[in-house]
Amino acid sequence: MNRPAGAVDTHLSPSLFSGSLGTEPLLAVDNLHVEFTTRQGVARAVNGVSYSLDAGETLAVLGESGSGKSVTAQAIMGILDMPPARIPKGEIRFRGTDLLKLSESARSQIRGQQIAMVFQDALSALNPVFTVGWQIAEMFRVHRGMGRKAAYAKAIELMERVRIPAAKQRVNDYPHQFSGGMRQRIMIAMSIALDPEILIADEPTTALDVTVQAQIMELLAELQRESNMAMILITHDLGVVADVADKIAVMYAGRIVENAPVHDVYKNPAHPYAKGLLESIPRVDLKGQELYAIKGLPPNLLDMPTGCAFHPRCPYKQDECVTEVPPLHQISGTRSSACHYWREVLDGTAG
Amino acid sequence: MGRYVVRRLLQAIPVLLGTTFLIFAIVYALPGDPLQALAGDRRVDPVFAQTMREMFHLNEPLLVRYWYYVRDIFSGDFGMTFRGLPVSTIFEGKFQVTLNLAMTALLIEAVVGIGLGLIAALRRGSWADTGVLAFTLLLVSIPTLVSGFVLQLVLGVQLKLSTGIDFFPVAGLRDGWRSYLVPGIVLAGTSIAYLTRLTRTSLMETLRADYVRTAIAKGMPRRRVLGRHALRNSLIPLVTYLGADLGTLMGGAVITETIFNMDGIGRQLFQSVYLRENSVVVGIVTVLVLVYILANLIVDLLYAVLDPRIRYE
Repeated sequence: MNRPAGAVDTHLSPSLFSGSLGTEPLLAVDNLHVEFTTRQGVARAVNGVSYSLDAGETLAVLGESGSGKSVTAQAIMGILDMPPARIPKGEIRFRGTDLLKLSESARSQIRGQQIAMVFQDALSALNPVFTVGWQIAEMFRVHRGMGRKAAYAKAIELMERVRIPAAKQRVNDYPHQFSGGMRQRIMIAMSIALDPEILIADEPTTALDVTVQAQIMELLAELQRESNMAMILITHDLGVVADVADKIAVMYAGRIVENAPVHDVYKNPAHPYAKGLLESIPRVDLKGQELYAIKGLPPNLLDMPTGCAFHPRCPYKQDECVTEVPPLHQISGTRSSACHYWREVLDGTAG
Repeated sequence: MGRYVVRRLLQAIPVLLGTTFLIFAIVYALPGDPLQALAGDRRVDPVFAQTMREMFHLNEPLLVRYWYYVRDIFSGDFGMTFRGLPVSTIFEGKFQVTLNLAMTALLIEAVVGIGLGLIAALRRGSWADTGVLAFTLLLVSIPTLVSGFVLQLVLGVQLKLSTGIDFFPVAGLRDGWRSYLVPGIVLAGTSIAYLTRLTRTSLMETLRADYVRTAIAKGMPRRRVLGRHALRNSLIPLVTYLGADLGTLMGGAVITETIFNMDGIGRQLFQSVYLRENSVVVGIVTVLVLVYILANLIVDLLYAVLDPRIRYE
């Protein structure tokens, strides 16, 4: 299940797997660009993101608001509003087929059935005027052509599977009659209804209490184990990631700045931004000391800094960083970092 | 739910009292003598005038007269006209005409307004959207008086003269449901514009909602996303508007009925104000207020059907 991520490296040699290699991953995002046309100009939300995902694997995409992590996910799902969004470059290959080249109707066959998504705020993501049973059953009725009764029976089954108490009675309740955690469970039940191969969870626990957060993450991990589903977990919560993810992609200003197996990043980050994120986690052993925060603000997508987008906030900044965009340096078979001085960053923490 | 309806109906009583009193006071304050209005240019016989004044309590102060009126209303008596006819016989058949007209207008308004609004919202920014918006602007800028006479002339007269198509009657009520078509369009005019814009905004807002994105992410076909997930949610403000508009349309019938010579309460109201037939004026307004209150009650009950988050205990 946990195949080494290094076996497929999309970052340096994307051309390698257009054919000959028999190791095409389940999902490969390749040099994806997404931009939004706004009145103030063109906002480049995603600038050449590449990542890949194998069956059963969990990729955590980390980054602050506006880093492009959600936009990348929405591009994979095909739920971006186009216009104003545009995808000028890049490929999203699912089992070798470029989703971006498919027709809208072909894509809607993949959405929900093969690639499903869980959204952040289940209260607004569920339709307020239909019962939860209706909304889950809709998956079976529309995609599987099931009758009302059979579909509702399936809905109850799924609600039990995500451990909603008294599912049989609650199937006819409306979303507002559930608590936040229960609503997110319903959202999850709906997304796994048709056994998708990939589940994209876009900050699934952000809107929830801390205790409920843990339960939801546990549920997601358990469902994933049961069905060998691949998962893209989008989050800005580093605490959530460590237990669940196999590998991490850290995003900043629409680019991936570090790409690595989860434990490598925690042990020893290779990008100043990833390092800053880790150091800003509150730690028991540093209780009483001031909490570290990365200086400055995320960049304005309409007015990106020159060179490395992180340079105005970076403690490792050199002249080169202001002028030269750092490529994604390959550190090892499974790791890469988009920092001119990744060696220094690595050593800094090691020493 | 039952208790809610009863409570709302009880609340209607003070509203009815307040509105009837206002109308009563306004009619009372109108200049001119109703008996002189009855006699036209001729001199009114003083003995007759004296008898009439006593019979209709015309010499009593406002509050006393209002009290007599309310007392009679609650025993189901709308009073008498100065010509000696019971007001209720004047109403006969006329409310039906106005209700037919208002319902025709409401139907036209709903179909055209929601239809155009949907087109505009789904093709936001296109020439169709711009066209619809320009059209609504045109509609609100034309007063009923103008659109009424123009449509009457074009559809009722010139269409027949130039093409021989005798479909739209010029005026009157002799042609069954067809008599209501052109007046219905005229009456619906401005309301169509408002409803179109409301539909456009409401649907555009719903289309941006998270649950619509969820429906797309669930792989639902576009038609289902729009027809099931978006439309039901955007209907809620539209139903409110349509319900409140029924009252406006019945009130607006005054001009339309006069232009198209339709024997409804609108034209009756106009004539009665002219003749200072106070009891008829107040009677008509009372019934209109009642219709308005009932329409609003139905709207509120429809809310609960459309939106499960709303419950009346």
